[in-house]
Amino acid sequence: MSKRTIRVLIAKPGLDGHDRGAKVIARALRDAGMEVIYTGIRQTPEQIAVTAIQEGVDVVGLSCLSGAHKQLFPEVVQLLRQKGGGDIIVIGGGIIPYEDIPILKEAGVAEVFQPGTPIEEIIRFISSRLGNRNRGH
Amino acid sequence: MKSKVNLRDEYARWEETTLKKVLERSAERRESFKTTSDIDLKRVYMPFDTEGRDYMQEMGLPGEYPFTRGVQPTMYRGRFWTMRQYAGFATAEETNQRYKYLLRQGQTGLSVAFDLPTQIGYDSDYPLCTGEVGKCGVAIDSLADMEILFDGIPLDKVSTSMTINATAAMLLAMYIAVAHKQAVPMDQLRGTIQNDILKEYTARGTYIYPPRESMRIITDIFAFCGEHLPQWNTISISGYHIREAGSSAVQEVAFTLADGIAYVEAAIETGMDVDSFASRLSFFFGAHNNFLEEIAKFRAARRMWARIMRERFGARKPSSWMLRFHTQTAGCTLTAQQPANNVIRVAFQALSAVLGGTQSLHTNSRDEAFALPSEESVTIALRTQQIIAYENGVADIVDPLGGSYAIEALTDQIEERATEYIHKIDEMGGAIKGIESGFMQREIADSAYRYQREIEEKERIVVGLNEFTAEETPFADILQIRPEVERYQKEKLNRVRGKRDSKKVQDSLNRLREAAQGTENLMPYILEAVKCYATLGEIADAMREVFGEHREHTTIT
Repeated sequence: MSKRTIRVLIAKPGLDGHDRGAKVIARALRDAGMEVIYTGIRQTPEQIAVTAIQEGVDVVGLSCLSGAHKQLFPEVVQLLRQKGGGDIIVIGGGIIPYEDIPILKEAGVAEVFQPGTPIEEIIRFISSRLGNRNRGH
Repeated sequence: MKSKVNLRDEYARWEETTLKKVLERSAERRESFKTTSDIDLKRVYMPFDTEGRDYMQEMGLPGEYPFTRGVQPTMYRGRFWTMRQYAGFATAEETNQRYKYLLRQGQTGLSVAFDLPTQIGYDSDYPLCTGEVGKCGVAIDSLADMEILFDGIPLDKVSTSMTINATAAMLLAMYIAVAHKQAVPMDQLRGTIQNDILKEYTARGTYIYPPRESMRIITDIFAFCGEHLPQWNTISISGYHIREAGSSAVQEVAFTLADGIAYVEAAIETGMDVDSFASRLSFFFGAHNNFLEEIAKFRAARRMWARIMRERFGARKPSSWMLRFHTQTAGCTLTAQQPANNVIRVAFQALSAVLGGTQSLHTNSRDEAFALPSEESVTIALRTQQIIAYENGVADIVDPLGGSYAIEALTDQIEERATEYIHKIDEMGGAIKGIESGFMQREIADSAYRYQREIEEKERIVVGLNEFTAEETPFADILQIRPEVERYQKEKLNRVRGKRDSKKVQDSLNRLREAAQGTENLMPYILEAVKCYATLGEIADAMREVFGEHREHTTIT
């Protein structure tokens, strides 16, 4: 069984400049042995989808604290599907009310992590999702 | 007759006897106790921890240099701090209603939160703004929105703080124009624009233009206000966002004051006399969890700034030496878990700001780990301030913790460490160079990562999050911004574009563009454009064409 390194794109869609969470997660995932690319702030969903596909990532992590997640997260999922990246797992975090989580999941976001989530939990989530997929192939 | 006791001898004796006996029986909870700035805390502080210091040079008296004990001689015995809740969401119409509600509840000043398109100089119908309109603040596209925002609020009676940076000149111009329509002259306007672009590059992200061009706009504002708005705070040099991005208390003080030094230098370079603008500089800090460190931080910042202004810049007016500041309780300490606990956190943080001598205060709401606050939540937050003011008693003594051995020792240590950072930044060539090389950004990111690791490894306990956790039902009653807001705002914008004299708009924008290419003060040109209903995006674009845009370089350290 070949064990490929998990590749992750951490991205900040929209105009929000609060990048503390994105940077901390990026660094923690890298320290956990993943290859991590961080886009920086003010990315359009289009830019994020293109980068994700070009870089051949397994996971896209979206961070948004401005309240625009309900528009921006689903748009990234849509664009990934259109561009042939439908198998990329999209996860999200930020200032997101509970009541929005089912809406985001319905739109194809695999999981939403609220403030205070242990990073260990995010790592476990990614590993288990990708682990299942590898077994499926 | 009393014999003279040598306290150091007594302390050594105590350590050898009373203390030793107890430590032999049971160790302390930890091997060492540290603040968030990694300052080692002593077990107990003694008079000799701060002895041998010149009282008048280090502490002084309230209202006098170096202002360690406060900027006014009577502090809250004269007047309480301004209770100023940061608010803004959806449209100008809805936010206007919230302001009137807050004023009815006893709030004493306004604080405007703008949405991101407004902060970054885009009109609401610009493609990049999808989903952002009216979300984290109110959407302002033109003077027409600003007129609605302050409808029925007399601008000569209220002071208004605006969290606006890259587009501060435009929003200030709109405020002046609204005042004009209310027949309130400029020199009666009281308030603050944040106007602190340097921390946008390091911590908050709403920059537009490159640093040098941004500094020109800022010094233009200093000069314009010096002449026309003598009661206006022309900048709020902000540590809050640096702290929220993850810095320690020491880094917050150091980077904020380093930014302050850069603004003063930039203004002096344009030929202004330091005493002509320095008294209108104001500051903004966070109030985090470590209660005593926070109180010491505020006191240390005040003393440091007084020294910087008097010794480094040779300011002569006492008002130029004063660090006057706003405080907001630390949003990053709020938990999504057991959100009721946030009310308690906010109360302690607010108390530290009051004990530290703040001039105005925003208390966060319990639900801000999820969304903008609901009306009920923001009322509790405001009541928290009122309880401190009217029930707690701490407001009845000026600097009540002054002279506490621990507080004074911590104040000294924060000053010492923050001064070391400022020396380092000076050696790099100043704050702008430090930002361009990514020094501040790296320092902040490192601290943020360390903080998170401490929580993950339970070296740092956050109640309800990594200890004392419980199953809970999701927090309801969240403020949701209706999706119609974006469409409504775009329609309103189109109506404004259709109704105005477009020839006048184009002429005013051309004149602004020309002025931007030269060295004239830009404020009169921006004011002219605003008054003929040029949109915020149009004005920002005219300057983008001349100044270009800043791009960040991001790496994961």
